[in-house]
Amino acid sequence: MTRLTTGGALVLALFACLPGLAAAQAGDDTVKKIEEYRQALAGGNPAELWEARGEDLWKRKAGPRNASLEACDLGKGPGVVRGAYAELPRYFADTGRVMDLESRLVHCRMTLQGLTAAQARARPYGSGTDRSDNEALVAFITSESRGVKMNVPQSHPKEREAYQLGKKMFFFRGGPHDFSCATCHSESGKRIRLQDLPNLTEAKDAQRAYTTWPAYRVSQGELRTFQWRLFDCFRQQRFPELEFTSEASVALTTFLARNANGAEFNAPAIKR
Amino acid sequence: MADPMRIRAKIEGDKTVVRVLMAHEMETGQRRDSTGKVVPAHFIQEVTATHNGKTVLAAQWGPAISKNPYLQFQFAGAKAGEKIAIAWVDNKGDKRTDEATIAA
Repeated sequence: MTRLTTGGALVLALFACLPGLAAAQAGDDTVKKIEEYRQALAGGNPAELWEARGEDLWKRKAGPRNASLEACDLGKGPGVVRGAYAELPRYFADTGRVMDLESRLVHCRMTLQGLTAAQARARPYGSGTDRSDNEALVAFITSESRGVKMNVPQSHPKEREAYQLGKKMFFFRGGPHDFSCATCHSESGKRIRLQDLPNLTEAKDAQRAYTTWPAYRVSQGELRTFQWRLFDCFRQQRFPELEFTSEASVALTTFLARNANGAEFNAPAIKR
Repeated sequence: MADPMRIRAKIEGDKTVVRVLMAHEMETGQRRDSTGKVVPAHFIQEVTATHNGKTVLAAQWGPAISKNPYLQFQFAGAKAGEKIAIAWVDNKGDKRTDEATIAA
């Protein structure tokens, strides 16, 4: 009888400390397992298919002028792709504007290939068989910055201006939900369902977030660019549509890209 | 025509490890589009890997394989510098063959 009671108490005591333990372990395990899952997928990241198509689009002659994009100046001189993305957005003297990669690609497709603004801006994001040339080109160009340290300049007044505007936008609350980017992205340890939300006001999270876009989204079967990430965040906030290559879009990108400075760029990546 | 595959083949120990990424929609035929119409099935049915004219892998695939499939397998008997060819045929009769050189 005595033994039984003792046994019962022991079992109870064991159960009592289990929930806390299980919760702590589940958190660690989940993060670890997700990391393992990402590693398992990394060997066969379909983003490579976009990179290959982008490289072809970069080198192939197209448009009314029948020219390739190989002479496009992404900031490090005409035709230099290696490491270019790690220094964008930046000020371009020939247009007198701060431009991100997408704005620059639109510019090059218009000036080099002779496309109209509408043609060069068409279909920034693809869906299934309705493919986006922009996403493929971005995949190729960003892949050429893999392993390069982020080094977004702030030497020109317009670059500093864009950064400040982007910062203002990040903290600006508005829309029917009275949301700002900061509502979801200024506290550590937050998440939507099982998806961790990076705290973009902290260097470590900001660096990790920026340097892992573009990414192949397994759940969508599509490669998505950082531009798309911002576009979709705006949709989720019920903000007005973030116009592709607009000043607002470039400014917000400048703010987030600059905050990733010093980190090694590591994309196109793969995400759930 | 379908996009090229990405094939990487490498000698690891006494085996050759082959990694293949294929660009394909892999529609199951179970999905509906925004207007409610069934999206017709479109998926790879046959995959063949050939080395020196000899089939080293033959697979029959179905709609359960993911979009943009990734295939990894290994086989024995190849030397560095030789070629490995991968071919697929889908249910609409589209086909694609790509080749890669085996790395040491």
